Amino acid sequence: MTRHLLSSADLDRHQVEEILTTAASMHDVQRRDVKKIPTLRGRTIINLFFEDSTRTRSSFEIAGKWMSADTINITGTGSSASKGESLRDTVRTIDAMGVDALVIRHRASGACHQVAQWVDASVINAGDGTHEHPTQALLDAYTLRNRIGDLDGKHVAIVGDLTHSRVFRSNVITLGRLGARVTVVAPPTLMPSGIGSWAKTDGFSTSYDLDDVLEGAVGGGVDAVMMLRVQRERMSGGYFPTAREYTVGYGLTRARLERVVEANPDIAILHPGPMNRGLEIAADAADSAQSVVLDQVSAGVAVRMAVLYHLLSGLSGEDAA
Amino acid sequence: MTTTPSRERATPTTDPALPHVRTTVIVGVRVLGGASADILVRDGVIERVGRVSRADRAEFGADALVVDANGLVALPGLVDLHVHLREPGREDAETVASGSAAAAAGGFTAVLAMANTSPVTDTAEAAERVLDLGRAAGLVDVQPVGAVTKGLAGEELAELGLMARSRARVRVFSDDGHCIDDARVMRRALEYVKAFGGVVSQHAQDPRLAGPDACCHESELSGRLGLPGWPGIAEESVVARDVLLARHTESRVHIAHVSTAGTVEVLRWAKRQGIDVTAEVTPHHLLLTSDLLSGYDPVFKVNPPLRPQEDVEALRAGLADGTIDAVATDHAPHARHDKEHAFVDAAFGMLGLETALAVVSESMVLTGLLDWEGVARVMSVAPARIAQLRGSGGVAAHGMPLTAGSPANITLVDPSAITTVDRATSVSLSRNNPWHGRTLTGAVVGTWLRGRRTSDPGRPS
Repeated sequence: MTRHLLSSADLDRHQVEEILTTAASMHDVQRRDVKKIPTLRGRTIINLFFEDSTRTRSSFEIAGKWMSADTINITGTGSSASKGESLRDTVRTIDAMGVDALVIRHRASGACHQVAQWVDASVINAGDGTHEHPTQALLDAYTLRNRIGDLDGKHVAIVGDLTHSRVFRSNVITLGRLGARVTVVAPPTLMPSGIGSWAKTDGFSTSYDLDDVLEGAVGGGVDAVMMLRVQRERMSGGYFPTAREYTVGYGLTRARLERVVEANPDIAILHPGPMNRGLEIAADAADSAQSVVLDQVSAGVAVRMAVLYHLLSGLSGEDAA
Repeated sequence: MTTTPSRERATPTTDPALPHVRTTVIVGVRVLGGASADILVRDGVIERVGRVSRADRAEFGADALVVDANGLVALPGLVDLHVHLREPGREDAETVASGSAAAAAGGFTAVLAMANTSPVTDTAEAAERVLDLGRAAGLVDVQPVGAVTKGLAGEELAELGLMARSRARVRVFSDDGHCIDDARVMRRALEYVKAFGGVVSQHAQDPRLAGPDACCHESELSGRLGLPGWPGIAEESVVARDVLLARHTESRVHIAHVSTAGTVEVLRWAKRQGIDVTAEVTPHHLLLTSDLLSGYDPVFKVNPPLRPQEDVEALRAGLADGTIDAVATDHAPHARHDKEHAFVDAAFGMLGLETALAVVSESMVLTGLLDWEGVARVMSVAPARIAQLRGSGGVAAHGMPLTAGSPANITLVDPSAITTVDRATSVSLSRNNPWHGRTLTGAVVGTWLRGRRTSDPGRPS
């Protein structure tokens, strides 16, 4: 296992499967009455969140605590630049306290890569700008496997604001590692530049037409659909005209839900949250039997326990759980 | 930089307190890379280019400095149209004195200091202050660039006429760092500077197409990295507008740091129409490419951004065929703590003065695109002409032919010296050196400003 988890590309298929297997035993811990295991006793994990987050931060915090690590949260909004301190100084100061892992969320792409070069601790990317969110991709894969089985040959559609999505960037890698076929769907304004050649190199498909994809016209029948959050401020950036028009074109509306469930009652519906109900996902879809949104949250803790175990287990002689 | 081999045997005379060497003989040098000759310099002026016999040398006496330049190339002192010396305001990153030392070490005898200091060079007094700081340092002629608009805000014209009439004799005006985005302001500036033969140097970047967060070339790589992109069209569309404005106003426009193949195309078209446009390219855009950004190292963050190899090739071709007139470094020193942020937060810019000649040698000479006469054209003659450093009205002359009667502004180059760049040995106060660790062929081994040695071969250059 690598020392850091900066990008989903850091993990090959074998490593992804190892983490998911460990996550399953961690999930069992999570269901116990007494959830504490001693695996990371004496280890110190800092959750360094430069950007607001509720679910990812608390998920990492719970994961660390259940494994008996000392977890400390440090949050700060805005850039350290505005406080006059360089990012390097900030993280080296914390590293100098002698921590084992830094879990970092930053609004700037690449921040975790840079930090990893400056510190001795293991660095875990908990979301860097519009770049990646590797533990999200792992928990999505874990959730999907539990719901629809082995992902080899399965078809997953990822729909929404691809340009600004770290969830998309990590998922396209991790799902690809596990053999899934991925089709990404967005209006052209919300597709990152150069996605055509990128898709060709990395073996995924792109489409501007959600209905084509859901009807199986692109890449065949869909086994899962992942709706990405669309921030309303994108409208002022001119990415799309109105929320209404976005929903008609790219939302998982009630009408679309009915059609996809009719075609495939076992389809899984994912959303990394927080959801804009009524914009990218209708309430009926979010609360449907096909929705695995809460399973994703629950898997988040188990998967992060597994990641911490694999990254820090070199320091530990004890078994996982 | 550590340079090997050094053929110099001369006694360095960089210390202004040392007595001025009246006579210098540069022996056996290839003038502009041509036939070997001796250059005799007396009292700051080139007296003879040809043969200086041993008998002649004996006559000059012991105070004559004799430089064995066998195998070296002599160029007219290099002129840089585009440097940031950071003084006043950010003397922790660079001062006029330290920037002058870096310039002299890099073979420059004149530099144009950009206006984006704090306070901005947008008045006659501010321009004269920069001029005086340059004179006090005494290593290169520091010619201030005036801001086009007050405070670089892009709204109201700065006192262009008063800067032009000042002791600094400002002729080049630029809001560099900011594009003059408003077409009406650009039009007025182009019209107004005609009264005193000025030129507007445009930083071409449409802020609506490449906004404040844009920090790297827009491409598949920027998409993968999740970095806000800066598409080539944001430069090209402004250049296209401005060459048309230059035609309409019958004025002269200069395009700073051209970075894309599309801009080269627009410039080629404009020159064919007879439009009075000149352009510069930086050394880094001639050699470095956008794929260096994959590690998010802010040392490679620069504006305009590094571009793909296709653009690099087009820029080299444009420089070789004269579409691009000059090489200018855009030397942009930054304190370490301004670079050690997340990539999008880090400051734009990289050092360039000390490495420029080596990079041009590597990208243009070794590739056969330019000979040394061509290097003299793009690094001395053309920039001096664009900046009007022609020896009239109290402004020093640069980029003059290496012939009898010219001021002795001379740069000696060892074309075969192999240099491994070490950022620690730079004479700049900053260390944001994108060339660190690279091996380059071709090095400056001596610089003379009006007969006075300003670079020291014993010191890392």
